[in-house]
Amino acid sequence: MRYVARRFFHATLLLCVISFACFALAQIAPGDFFDALRLNPRISSETVDHLRSEYGVDRPLLVRYGHWLHSVLEGQMGFSIAYGGPVAPLLRVRARNTLLLTATSTLLAWLIAVPVGVWCAARRGTRVDRVVGFAATTILTFPDLLIFLLLLLLAVRTGWFPAGGMESLATENMESWARILDLARHLFLPALGLSIVTLPMLFRHVRSTVGEAMTAPFMRVARGHGIPQARLLFRFALPVAINPLISLFGLSVATMLSASLLAEVVMSWPGLGPLFLEAILSRDVYIVAGVVVLSSVFLVAGNLFADLLIFAVDPRIRVGRQDA
Amino acid sequence: MRKLRIAVLVLATFHGFVLFAGFVAPYDSSAQDRELPFAAPTRLHVVDARGRFHVCPFVYGPDGRVYPLLFLVPGAPYKVAGLFPARLHLFGVEEPGRVFLFGTDDYGRDQFSRFLYGGQISLLAGLMAGFLSVSLGAVIGVVAGFYGGWVDDVLMRVAEFFLAAPWLYLLFAVRAALPLHVAEWQILMLLVCVLGLLGWARPARLVRGMVLSAKERNFVLAAKGLGAGDAYIMRRHILPQTYGVLLTQLALLVPHFVLAEVTLSFLGLGVGEPVPSWGSLLSYLQQYSVISLYWWMFIPGLLLVPFFLSYYAAADAFQEHYRPVVL
Repeated sequence: MRYVARRFFHATLLLCVISFACFALAQIAPGDFFDALRLNPRISSETVDHLRSEYGVDRPLLVRYGHWLHSVLEGQMGFSIAYGGPVAPLLRVRARNTLLLTATSTLLAWLIAVPVGVWCAARRGTRVDRVVGFAATTILTFPDLLIFLLLLLLAVRTGWFPAGGMESLATENMESWARILDLARHLFLPALGLSIVTLPMLFRHVRSTVGEAMTAPFMRVARGHGIPQARLLFRFALPVAINPLISLFGLSVATMLSASLLAEVVMSWPGLGPLFLEAILSRDVYIVAGVVVLSSVFLVAGNLFADLLIFAVDPRIRVGRQDA
Repeated sequence: MRKLRIAVLVLATFHGFVLFAGFVAPYDSSAQDRELPFAAPTRLHVVDARGRFHVCPFVYGPDGRVYPLLFLVPGAPYKVAGLFPARLHLFGVEEPGRVFLFGTDDYGRDQFSRFLYGGQISLLAGLMAGFLSVSLGAVIGVVAGFYGGWVDDVLMRVAEFFLAAPWLYLLFAVRAALPLHVAEWQILMLLVCVLGLLGWARPARLVRGMVLSAKERNFVLAAKGLGAGDAYIMRRHILPQTYGVLLTQLALLVPHFVLAEVTLSFLGLGVGEPVPSWGSLLSYLQQYSVISLYWWMFIPGLLLVPFFLSYYAAADAFQEHYRPVVL
């Protein structure tokens, strides 16, 4: 239990540091939301100053941080000047969409990477293994941006999939099943793109860790007992190799978040990515801070989940022996 | 070894063409031809309409006449490597003929020339940020590994944070703190600094690992015994052992940073118009009409693949070559 408590403590500490750091970063940025108004000859500088003081942009950094923290605790996460309302409801919708996208593609990527990786580990050095390995390397050298753009090209040229957005215009009069189908059609390409981006790394790790586990003496014993290959791979080798893979899952959350930021912008998926970009370009600081804090919550939660999963799966950590 | 040779050849071509962009490119990066927006790549012919064979490839001009491709022709003035003024171009055609190898963009600017000029920004950002990151990583890694104790602890915790953070979010967050509209050179320098400061963690950790074993080697202990100072030992005896790792990391980080610059410029957070960069060339693809109608706008993006592939192949070869000797 001490292990779990310590992990929770670390996670909270990290979040506090990140929240202040990103708030300070967003705030020390030169210029603010009202700078664009100054260019408008019809708005006097008194009006701009008045607006600045009304929205509290002119107050010192620490005061604003205090206010912001207070509003975070109240569940509002500050006030978006561009949208004219509290940030939290905006973030909630966007975060839901981002979570839907990233969760689907994570699931997809692992569902492909684990069987293929195990399969290749069992056939190390054969032609199949080499072909799949070559494909993984090829994908790895393709920039993410290009993969998303090519998928978009596919959507535009063939018309098989909608080129962006999350639902069609007329979804309101659709039945619930048709709506889900429509959502799935929109989700497919971004999710596929994200899985393609993360797949090669996962595949390589699965292949190498399972391959390593296969060389252990107990595997030879099990094989000698005549246990069938499939059971050997998935019941004997995979559980041994699962530990680094879970850590990898924790690490891949970061990759997934970064990639999804780009995918969302390119494929106009209404997630956190486009909101973040708009907020940076219009200097809407509370949204910037909110998105960064929220994404670090995802990151920390993903890592915490991975830690807890290792705790549940690996008896060496559960029992607390340090020597293993 | 053959793989490395091909990789080096590709990289030399890319870097050479980009460095001498003014010479290789037939047009200036901002030269517009408003009559020809989104023109398809010009076809080079060798057989004309009457079936006659030409030794020198030619293009058809707007008047339907034949304009042979001329080599080493005088054209728009430029500066070699930004220093010496010159007018000579590798190839070109006589006016009013046009040669657009990669087609043109919405202002009728030659995409091939813009790709080469754009490489100057993207490659410069990637290379400088790579060097900055690797040198920072080397210094931090050597210090952390050499002194150990709390210095090591603090530096490595910070490095772990940088490794675990989603880099694009981090990049965005830092970019959000920088001014949006400044001169191109300033923004390039800012990008280099940001990228360089974000990327030091991995080389630092690798270097630290090597230093931990290197500082126990006999010649280091001997130097210490003879009264050599810390700075001298680090510079003279420890740092040279990490050169292989640093070179490998450089070959991995440069394409990574080029891609970061491309991504930022693609999203409108990097170097903006009218200065081309590889990212801003790709940003046309955000428009539905461009994606659906003008396939040649993808060429700059596709050319990034052999470029990255060569860097990764070089990194592989370095890693193989400098594999640490197990004693």
